Amino acid sequence: MSNKPKVSGFMNYLRKERIPTIFCAGCGNGTVINTFFNAMEMAELSLDNISMVSGIGCSSRIPGYIKCDSLHTTHGRPIAFATGVKLGNPDMDVVVFTGDGDAAAIGGNHLIHAARRNLDLTVICVNNSIYGMTGGQISPTSPKGSFASTTPYGALEAPFDLAKLVSGAGATYVSRWTTVHPLPLSNAIKKGLQNKGFSFIEVISQCPTYFGRKNRMRSAVEMMKYMKTHSVVKKKAKKMSEEELEGKIILGDFVNRNWPEFSEMLCEQVNEKSEKGLIDAIKSAYKTDL
Amino acid sequence: MLKVISANRAIAESVRLSKPKVVPVYPITPQTSISEYLAQFVADGDLSAEYIKVESEHSAMSAAIGASATGIRVFTATASQGLALMHEMLFSAAGLRNPIVMGNANRALSAPLSIWNDQQDSISERDTGWLQFYAENAQEALDFVLQAYKISENEKVLLPSMVCVDGFILTHTVEPVDVPSQEEVDEFLPEYKPKHSYLDPEDPMSLGTFTDPNYYMEARYAMEVAMQASKDVIRSVNKDFAEKFGREYGFIENYMCDDAEIILVAMGSICGTVKDAIDTLREQGQKIGLLKIIAFRPFPKDEIYETVKNAHRIAVLDKNISFGIGGVLFNEIKAKMDVDIRGFILGLGGRDVSPEDIKKIVDITKTSTESDKINWIGLKEEEI
Repeated sequence: MSNKPKVSGFMNYLRKERIPTIFCAGCGNGTVINTFFNAMEMAELSLDNISMVSGIGCSSRIPGYIKCDSLHTTHGRPIAFATGVKLGNPDMDVVVFTGDGDAAAIGGNHLIHAARRNLDLTVICVNNSIYGMTGGQISPTSPKGSFASTTPYGALEAPFDLAKLVSGAGATYVSRWTTVHPLPLSNAIKKGLQNKGFSFIEVISQCPTYFGRKNRMRSAVEMMKYMKTHSVVKKKAKKMSEEELEGKIILGDFVNRNWPEFSEMLCEQVNEKSEKGLIDAIKSAYKTDL
Repeated sequence: MLKVISANRAIAESVRLSKPKVVPVYPITPQTSISEYLAQFVADGDLSAEYIKVESEHSAMSAAIGASATGIRVFTATASQGLALMHEMLFSAAGLRNPIVMGNANRALSAPLSIWNDQQDSISERDTGWLQFYAENAQEALDFVLQAYKISENEKVLLPSMVCVDGFILTHTVEPVDVPSQEEVDEFLPEYKPKHSYLDPEDPMSLGTFTDPNYYMEARYAMEVAMQASKDVIRSVNKDFAEKFGREYGFIENYMCDDAEIILVAMGSICGTVKDAIDTLREQGQKIGLLKIIAFRPFPKDEIYETVKNAHRIAVLDKNISFGIGGVLFNEIKAKMDVDIRGFILGLGGRDVSPEDIKKIVDITKTSTESDKINWIGLKEEEI
């Protein structure tokens, strides 16, 4: 047996010169990156054809560490930017990394509208229930009663159920897992990448630095144990009462349906109506040898 | 009472003392700690206000406008992208004549993304109808918030005010600040009692209604009249403030300008560095002065001219750029008065400005023959 430490093949996908990351010890973002690479390989996609778009927040820093085209945009807008990327070059696989603050608060409108259009994007939302980058303010997915620097006596508002919200808005693939479920999570991201339409993968993740510290879960391990013990897969949840489901994280695929995809419909319509063959001209702009 | 605090804490203390009734905020670096201190004040009962954790800065300003329209005192704070996102609502706040006071932690605008300091964010909002005050230190940040409420709420003004503090340089460094007592502040700044437009079910009215071309211009003209009138109000509030708290402010600060051959013009925290450099240059016998702009809007052209008119040449330091024409402060001064002037762009996106840079600016100003040239200070030549 060789004593050489095993180096993950995934390291080749990372911009090594940018490592170490800015993520805190115990952050769930590492798991998300790992499961993404796993899913990408399972889906037989290549970074050569992937464009990553992100907004502002800890999870939005993920694309910066990955060796592919990426667009780091403004707070809340990655899906709007990604809409432009996808329609500018519909052959590209466009992946959005976002967080609960980015996608559900300031960018909530873009989220539901991209879902409504069923535009072919894969949105990976790392939901840690808090604004981590700015130092631990309450977010629209923070559980009722949870503590943050802006809610010293606990949050009053009900949180968004993002998977349900996006399902209702018209997404064609919606799944929710946590960072303690890396295999089903990889599988969900794979299905999201393969789905021709709007895919939303909600990853319940731990922020030990802010959410954990303010909510009496002092370590990443403690938070991950909590996620493990408080998760219920959808199939089992169906058999449980509302009282039993109180405080539980429901996991699984919420939606997996085959609806017409926006960029395809748009290209077809343009091709049908235009006598100049516009779409091919647009697409060919990217195909010239540089 | 003297406390060793940051400018963000100083602003939060000032807001606590000003007793706004509604505080809608959204976190953004480097403003966030203002929001956090205020959350704690409200939670601890030190500030009796409704604290709203909104979903974006656009909503923060919208909620601030709504709350202000009901005739109460309102505070919010933001920075950079947040201020840019508020852009649309900034016009609304001013047009609706809501005397909102906002803290802005000056930070560069994307792209490329930067969380560090320059003043592009607030400078870019100069045409919105907001008064703008730039603080050099944490004490000024506290004092300007108190003054801003009194100025904005004056019935001759009724325009919102922005108090600007340089991100990180002021927002995250601590220094001794005299925090006045509640009694002193109450005497200086009584409760806000609106006399004019506000939403009252007993006396219904519509605000911000659709105006056809017969009315719009007069509404805008009224804002300009108010902005001009704010100059007298600022003078009188400065006087009241000095009597009450013993600290004197004006539209500008004159630092060794009276006999100066070269006068540097700047805003915000950089003035501390400039003063330090001037002290050294004066020791070497060079007659250099600093004109610090406190009120950028309304633009204090008379005060500036009176101070610089005898200087041989002035040099304007801009932490912003209007591409194609240069620094905004430089161009405004150049447009408003006949002076021999040079413009410098520096400190963008947190690029450090040292006393050596200031000395370099003085040297360039002495020898430069081109008044229109945009002089960039601190550029890394190898990266260009």
